[in-house]
Amino acid sequence: MSPVIDIRNLSARSAVGPILRDVSLSVNAGEVMALVGESGAGKSTIAKAVLGILPAGIEVTGGNIFFEGTDLLALSPARLRDMLGVRIALIPQDPLTSLNPARRIGDQLTDGLRLRAGMNRKRAFDRAMSLLNDVHIREPERVLKRYPHELSGGMRQRVLIAQAFSLNPHVIIADEPTTALDVTVQKQVLRLIRDMQREHKTTLLFVTHDLGVVAQICDRMTVLYGGKVLEQGFTAQILKNPQSPYTRALLAASPRYDQPEQSLEPVPEALIAELQREISA
Amino acid sequence: MLIEARNISLDVPDMSHQVLIGHRRKLRILKNVSIALKKGETVGLVGESGSGKTSLGRSLLRLHEPSEGQILFDGQDITHASAAELKPLRRRMQMIFQDPQSSLNPRHTIGSILATALKLNGMDASDKSIAAVLDRVGLPSSAIRRYPHQLSGGQRQRVGIARAVALKPDFVVADEIVSGLDVSTQAQVLDLLKGLRSEMGLALAFISHDLSVVRSLCERVVIMKGGEIIEEGGTAEVFAAPRTAFTRTLIDSIPLPEVRPGWLDS
Repeated sequence: MSPVIDIRNLSARSAVGPILRDVSLSVNAGEVMALVGESGAGKSTIAKAVLGILPAGIEVTGGNIFFEGTDLLALSPARLRDMLGVRIALIPQDPLTSLNPARRIGDQLTDGLRLRAGMNRKRAFDRAMSLLNDVHIREPERVLKRYPHELSGGMRQRVLIAQAFSLNPHVIIADEPTTALDVTVQKQVLRLIRDMQREHKTTLLFVTHDLGVVAQICDRMTVLYGGKVLEQGFTAQILKNPQSPYTRALLAASPRYDQPEQSLEPVPEALIAELQREISA
Repeated sequence: MLIEARNISLDVPDMSHQVLIGHRRKLRILKNVSIALKKGETVGLVGESGSGKTSLGRSLLRLHEPSEGQILFDGQDITHASAAELKPLRRRMQMIFQDPQSSLNPRHTIGSILATALKLNGMDASDKSIAAVLDRVGLPSSAIRRYPHQLSGGQRQRVGIARAVALKPDFVVADEIVSGLDVSTQAQVLDLLKGLRSEMGLALAFISHDLSVVRSLCERVVIMKGGEIIEEGGTAEVFAAPRTAFTRTLIDSIPLPEVRPGWLDS
C-alpha cells in the first residue's frame, strides 16, 4: 500500500538554528499516526509544513512532503490552497482563537461548503446541520445561529471537527485537539474523532504531548526530540517496550494515578546532553 | 488548623442576565463549602472548569470576600477583614499562579520582581538573599538580571514559586502551576514543591485538573463540582474507592499510556 503522506528527509530552520532535522515518516491510508514530543520537538512544525502554513522566518531547507504522490513543497501557493481544507484539513488546538468571534457558527461552517464545494446557501446550511448532527451536537439548528463564545469548549471543538470533516478530506491533521479540554470532555472528543476517522477512512496525523492520548487513539507513533525522529513504530510496541532511552525517560516522567509509588523522574541531564550531541552531529 | 473555611458561599453578579434597572441577579459559585488545612499539609483541589476550585483557593487567601460563612487563618477570623487588617497576614499566605508569563511583569528583571516582593514585606532584598532564593528553586544567580521572556516556561514557573516562598509563607495556594509544562519539567517542579513543603512546613492547596499529578503530590484531595465539594478524603482512599460516581468518572477518563482496547468506548 502506498502511503498517503510520505515525508522524506524534511529539514527546516529558523533564525536560531535547525528545527527539523532529516525527518522521515509515512502514514498509510486510514491510519492514525501520532507525532509526540515535548515543546521544541518539532511536532507542530511538521504539521504546519504539511499544511503549508509555516510561520515567516521558518524555511524548509531540504526534503519532500508527498501527499498521494504529489510533492506539496513543489506546488504553487494557488494549487496548495486548492488542496487545503478539501484534501487536507486541520483540527486546531484552541477552538476559541480558531473561530471568528464576530461570526455565527453557521456562517463559518458553511464557508467551505459554499466556496469549495459550490453549494448554495440553503444546501450548505442543510449540510452544516447534518454535520453538527454527526458530531453529536443537539439542536444543531439553534447552534448554527450562535456565536463561538456562547458555546462550551467541548462544543466549540466539536464544531471544528465538523468543519474539518466537512469536505471529506483524505488527511486530517489534529494539532493537540484535546489539550484545552476537561478530561471527561477529552474522552468524548477523542472517541468522536476516532469514530469519524474510521467512518470516513480518513488518514490522521495526531500531534500531542500526551502519551496517554497516543495510547488510546493512535495506531503508530513517531517520537521527536529537537526536530529529530528518535523512534517510530506501533504504539502498543513502543509503549510496552520503548527502544529509545528518551521515550523511556518520557514515560518515567509522566505521573500515573494507578502507579502512585512510582517516583517521577525528569529526563536525566546526561541523556539531554547526549541527545543534543546526537542531533547536532 | 492553620487555615479554615466554614460553610462559605460566594456570590458574583450574573453577567449573563441583562438588567435595565435595579440589582443584577447573583450567581452562587461556591455553595456551603468547608475545608481546613493543617500546617505542613497538602490538599488537592480537583474539578473540571467551572467547578469552583480556583474560587475556593482565592477565597482561602481572602482575595474574594465570601458572601456567607467564615474564613479563619491561624485562629483569626479574616472573613471580612479590611485590606489594612489583612496586610500583616499577606506575607504568610501566598499564591503561585498558573501562567508565569502573565503573572510576571515583562518589563522587570527577575531580580527586581523578587526584590519588590521582599521589600514590600520588610525583608532583606539584597542581591545575596535573592541569589539564595533563586538557588533554592534551582535557578542560576545570573537570572537576577534576566527578563521573564528570556527564560523557559519551566524557569519562569520557578520564579513564580521563588516569589511565593521567598517570603517564608505558612500557606500557599498553587493554581494549576504545572499544567502548561512538559512532563519532564513538570516532574522537576513537583519535586521542588515536595522539597520546599517539607523544608518549610508549608500548608499547600494545590489546585489542579490533573488527577495523576494530585495523586503523586497530595495527601488529601477535595473533589469539586458546580461550586460544591462532592467528595473528600485521603488521596489513596479516594482513588482506591471513590464514593461518588462523578469521582469514578473523573478517574476513569484519564488516558493511561498503555494500549487499552475498548477504553474509549467504555
